[in-house]
Parts: sequence; C-alpha cells; structure tokens
Amino acid sequence: MNIDVLKEYAPAYFSAAGLTVRIALIGIAGSFLVGLLCSLIRYYKIPGLRQIAGVYIELSRNTPLLIQLFFLYFGLPKIGILLSSETCAITGLIFLGGSYMAEAFRSGLEAVPNIQIESALSLGLTKGQVIGYILLPQAVSVSIPAFAANVIFLIKETSVFSAVALADLMYTAKSFIGMSYNTDEALFMLVLSYLGILLPISVIFTIIERKLRYAGFGN
Amino acid sequence: MSKKEEILTINHIKKDYGSLEVIKDISLTVGKGEVVVVVGPSGCGKSTLLRCINGLETIQGGEISLKGEIISGRQKDMHLVRQKIGMVFQSYDLFPHKNILDNITLGPVKAQHRKKEEAEEEAEKLLVRVGLLDKKDAYPRQLSGGQKQRVAIVRALCMHPEVMLFDEVTAALDPEMVREVLDVMLELAREGSTMIIVTHEMQFARAIADRIIFLDKGEVVEEGTPEEFFENPKTERARKFLNVFEFDTVKGVEDKK
Repeated sequence: MNIDVLKEYAPAYFSAAGLTVRIALIGIAGSFLVGLLCSLIRYYKIPGLRQIAGVYIELSRNTPLLIQLFFLYFGLPKIGILLSSETCAITGLIFLGGSYMAEAFRSGLEAVPNIQIESALSLGLTKGQVIGYILLPQAVSVSIPAFAANVIFLIKETSVFSAVALADLMYTAKSFIGMSYNTDEALFMLVLSYLGILLPISVIFTIIERKLRYAGFGN
Repeated sequence: MSKKEEILTINHIKKDYGSLEVIKDISLTVGKGEVVVVVGPSGCGKSTLLRCINGLETIQGGEISLKGEIISGRQKDMHLVRQKIGMVFQSYDLFPHKNILDNITLGPVKAQHRKKEEAEEEAEKLLVRVGLLDKKDAYPRQLSGGQKQRVAIVRALCMHPEVMLFDEVTAALDPEMVREVLDVMLELAREGSTMIIVTHEMQFARAIADRIIFLDKGEVVEEGTPEEFFENPKTERARKFLNVFEFDTVKGVEDKK
C-alpha cells in the first residue's frame, strides 16, 4: 500500500463522501416523511389510501434498489421523463427507504396502548394533538432501534448509485481502479470513507436510544 | 333532587356491538354536586355507560346531554365536549414520556389554551391537596399505583370539568393504596363535585353515594339511596349481588364442635 497514492486520492474521496452524505441525508429525511405518512394511513386504516400504501410498501421492499434505479434512470426516459442522476438517486432512496421506515414506525405505533389514546382524548385533545403529543413521541421511542438499522442500511445502499453515473464513493473507487490499477489503495479508502460516515451515526443512535427509552418502562 | 340544576341527562340510550346488547335502555339524570355510584356484576354495562358519556363509544339510540346541550352522536367537536367531562380510568394511564406536572398541564394548555404559568400554578395547588407536590418533576414510572391514580384524578380536575367519571379507579391497586385514592374522592364529594363512580368497593359506595344505581344486563334494575339499597334491596337480583360481598364465618363452626 502506497501512502502517497492514498494522499493523492484523499481529496476525491472527500468530495465523493460529501455527495454520498448529502444524497443520503435528503433521501433518509424523505424516507422518514413517506414512512410516517404510510404508517399513519395504515394505523388509522384510511380507506383507499390504505390499500395504496400497502401496495407501495410491498413493491418497494421486495425489489432491489438497483432495479428501482434502472427503472428511474433508463425506464422513465422511454416515456419522456428524463431525470438527472442525482434526482434518480434521491427518488430511488426515498422509494426504498419509505417502506422500511413505514414498518419501523408501525412497530412503534402498535406498541402504544390504546388506553393512552383514550385518556388523551378524554382530556379534550383533538385527534391531531393526540398524534403529536402522545402517539408519536411514544411510538418513536420504541422505533429508534429500527430507525437506526434503517438509516445505516440506507447509507450502505447508496453504494449502488454509481450504476446511474453518480460520482459517489463507489464510483470514485471504481474509476481510480480503472485508471491506475491501484486496487488496494482505492478499496482501502472506500472502506475507510464508509466507516467514517457510518460509525458516528451508530454512536449517535445509541445515545438517542438511551435518552428516549421511556416508553418501555410502563406508565 | 329535582330542584337542583341538571348537569347530565341520559335519555333511553342503547349500545350494542353487533348482536351483543351491552346497554339495553338506560336513563339517568345527575344533578349538580350529586354523587352517583353505579354498581353491578361484571359485564352489566357500567364501564360502557361511562365510555358512552364521554364519547369513547358511540350509542345506537337515545341521547345524552350535558347542561341541556346534546353531546351524543357528535363527530367534529367532541373534543370540546370532553373538556367538560373528566374521566379517570382503572389503569391510571399517565403519559410515560411526560413528567407529572406536564401530564397535568397538557390538557389545560393544549386543549383549553390556557396560559402555561396559570395551569402549572393550579396543578401545583392540586398536587399539594393530594400530597404529591414533591413528585411534580418525577416521571410516572417512579410513582406507586396509588400515587399515579391520584395524579390521574388531578389531571382530570385541572380541566375544571362539569362532571367527573371514575371507572373502577381502585380495581388495579394494591389494597393499601386503595384508601389514599378513595380519600381524595371523598374530599371531592364533600366539596360538591358532580361525580359518577363505577366501583366494586361497596363500603366506599355506601359512604360516598347520594344515589346508587344498580345495573344488570344493560338495564337499571334498582335505584335508590345507599341506605335503601344496601339495607333493603327491593329486587331479588340486587339481593343476590350484594350477597357476594358477605361471608359467613367458618371459624366459629369448627370451634364449637
């Protein structure tokens, strides 16, 4: 392994890591929103929307991200919808992550006893207030471990974005290998970059989980 | 009783779950400051009656009105009605993610849009009365069952309800904690709170009630003052029910032999 090569590659990996993180952040934030929406639709059994959410979740969870990306990047242009690599990547990540987050939210929502909702309702709170002040805070605290697993999973999934020509970490590594055959250095930097992104996230979630672990302790 | 202002009027209500009739036909009027205790065997519809009053269950017939205003069958503004009806459940159900003070002020601040300082001040005064001021920053999991139930009562009181509903509030408590909760309720009764209480504590029912309602199979079987009901129940069904709470002594029989 050549230190000089590593030094030479570092700036490229840095900017690629920046791109990976940026897209992951937007994609994960979107996944949380889509997941929350779907889980609430299913929790309240809203007719019509509930079936749509169900179909979406099955479709999204049972197809690989790579295929979803191909559909967005190569399929959609055939019907005249041309998306940039970045838009494809973000859309794909949200499409995939939304269903995983929906399931994570669902496990939390189902863990909140119905009597909690009833006692909040009998205080005269509106349905929206009950969701915001009682249901979600308790559900989220139960869902945190699942959220953490999903976030880490989704960040790792970003490694397929190179397939739609996005200059992310994987893409950078591949091109260095292709250009100069410095396989060891290129892959070493790749592993290092993913660890650098993922380890702090694991630690942060462990802290959050410890802080919010109130719901499981009875009332 | 008829001269008193009517707070709650229940007029021939019916409630069923499909083929299961839980409430066949119940009518009941509760005057201001009156304490009505509802007793009866399990499955007689006591708890369902309370849940119908504050709209947690919908009714299939009849109507319920609060101070002359019909409150049954509403959809949109049921939350405004519930603000005037305090409810305390068997399993206390404080919110585990909020401390005691926030548990109490959530309703007043968020539902009634009162000032936080004012609500907190009142919450603290109420906590003093039930002897729990030192717990105001604690979380529900740090309290005993009896303490939690007293907080649940305070939480309902802080909304200034027209009527308080108590659904077997001591049924989940250890015997030594029952008393502390019942004492709080006795004090409320003395102060003139309007209350409907579902309970299995017969001694307590006798002490606190202005009127006893005996329900069986979704109907009012007997209604009267505690003295009438406990000393001279008019119906066979009530007599049978009350017998369950009495025991013949067995020790003496052995000794005499």
